[in-house]
Amino acid sequence: MSERLRVKKTYKLYVGGKFPRSESGRSYPVTTPDGTELANAALASRKDVRDAVAAARKAQGPWAAQNAYLRGQILYRAAEMLEGRSGQFAAELAEAAGAEARETLGTVEEAIDRLVHYAGWTDKVASVLGGANPVSGPYFNHSKPEPLGVVGVVAPQDDPLVGLVEALAPAIATGNAVVVVASGTRPLPALSFGEVLATSDLPGGVVNVLSGKVAELAPWLASHADLNGLDLCGVEDADLAAELEAEAAGTLKVVRRPGGSGGPLDLLRQWIEYKTVWHPAGMAAGVGGGY
Amino acid sequence: MGSILSGAEAASLVRSLPGVDAVGLEARAADLGSRSIKKDSKAWAIDTAVGMIDLTTLEGADTPGKVRNLCAKAVRPDLEAPPVAAVCVYPAMAGVASEALSGSPVKVASVATGFPAGQVPLEVRLADTEAAVREGADEVDMVINRGQFLSGDLERVFHEIRAVKAACGEARLKVILETGELVTYDNVRRASFLAMHAGADFIKTSTGKVGVNATLPVTLLMMQAVRDFRAATGVQVGVKPAGGIRTTKDAVKYLVSVNEVLGEDWLSPHWFRFGASSLLNDLLMQRQKLTTGHYSGPDYVTVD
Repeated sequence: MSERLRVKKTYKLYVGGKFPRSESGRSYPVTTPDGTELANAALASRKDVRDAVAAARKAQGPWAAQNAYLRGQILYRAAEMLEGRSGQFAAELAEAAGAEARETLGTVEEAIDRLVHYAGWTDKVASVLGGANPVSGPYFNHSKPEPLGVVGVVAPQDDPLVGLVEALAPAIATGNAVVVVASGTRPLPALSFGEVLATSDLPGGVVNVLSGKVAELAPWLASHADLNGLDLCGVEDADLAAELEAEAAGTLKVVRRPGGSGGPLDLLRQWIEYKTVWHPAGMAAGVGGGY
Repeated sequence: MGSILSGAEAASLVRSLPGVDAVGLEARAADLGSRSIKKDSKAWAIDTAVGMIDLTTLEGADTPGKVRNLCAKAVRPDLEAPPVAAVCVYPAMAGVASEALSGSPVKVASVATGFPAGQVPLEVRLADTEAAVREGADEVDMVINRGQFLSGDLERVFHEIRAVKAACGEARLKVILETGELVTYDNVRRASFLAMHAGADFIKTSTGKVGVNATLPVTLLMMQAVRDFRAATGVQVGVKPAGGIRTTKDAVKYLVSVNEVLGEDWLSPHWFRFGASSLLNDLLMQRQKLTTGHYSGPDYVTVD
């Protein structure tokens, strides 16, 4: 009997809940740091960016309209699915970094813990960041955090799993939809993470993962008028980051600069806008005064 | 206008039409749909398509305010964008549209004749048509009675179209075949010729109110009918696909087909129209993409 041939995995994009190849038909080899070829990943083009933003826009409204408890359950479910596949992710991270799987298992566990952390935040954000405001008049005045909309993320280059989760989870926890450009040299964990999300009851399109060249894809994200936020945490080239920020300003996006730090609450606050409403209170409402 | 056939002659002529090669028709449509139109040609196609739109609102919830909004958009869809061809409304709104569009090149089209089913007595259908014209409609979109057509009473369908054409006076008549309810390509071909012989100025695919709306193969078939009709009678008739055309890509496929099947004679709003509402926003977003160099989004066009 001959030796069994190993079935190699085709790493594809994750767009709108499906796993398509790049619209351009291109792919590129992904290697270990010492040059050993691991797999071919799809090399996304600007049209994939366009499709991903369209999918995210379509998914964002219904996702934000889900109750916070359900969003938490789904993020928790993603943590469960990641836990069940921690071996695979440890191996992928190890190959990408040229390390041993036992060294990277801790990283996977950290990613799982972050997911659980943000799963807990979904139904608390409104009361922590919003609430009643004191005003000197006969009104109730409330502020309520609402999702910004669709956020483009350039994921960290050298931290392909935890960095990715840390960028994604706070954005979707508050009801945003996300288009991520995965680490260019180490995209495989991000593409596999798409499979985790796809099996976690996360509606298709809430998270979209593209693999390819940051310098090629990020400008299309930055200039896309249907994107509301842009996370540049994974842009290493300072000139490119400045250009992207300028592009983003052209269509009034909220931008998170590379190297931005902060705790979970800062990250949650990043992709939120506040709605403040005034209600006549007490006698003012009854007698029609105070207007 | 039209031919000088009697109802019986038209019916027998229509019955003798050859069947349609469905496989060939669909293959041809798929082939025409695969052309890649870029850059300058795309910019031209977008502006041409905008100028061919019958901007439509046919809802029970239409209000005068909504129709006025739509008219304002029709006249000036976007900065620098050309006006659309017409605004298409129910007869009750034709007066509002006519007033809002006065002095503009945009025409008023009104559906009539018991739209969308057409299942009302002929007197009512004619009164409906006359009312639309009286309210200022430049164009009337009538529906054929599919029940009569499908039961084989082609003569009656022919005479009804004739009667409506007479009631239209100066207004141009678009005859809606409702191809989704005619089911077969053979029926679409028969209905097309019947309508043209009866005096239609335009043949239109659908009302937009049934499951199956305009498709490229059906529209292609109607284009072929229009071409053959002009070759036989010398009378040129327009084509209007309606319903289900939502993207720029779709619209460009139709324009390519017009150019290939009918030629430049039909590449004008006088002879080719799109019955659409959401298509306009997609065309405008694509237009903005071409002018600004970056992708646009729904925040930059109107909410209809």
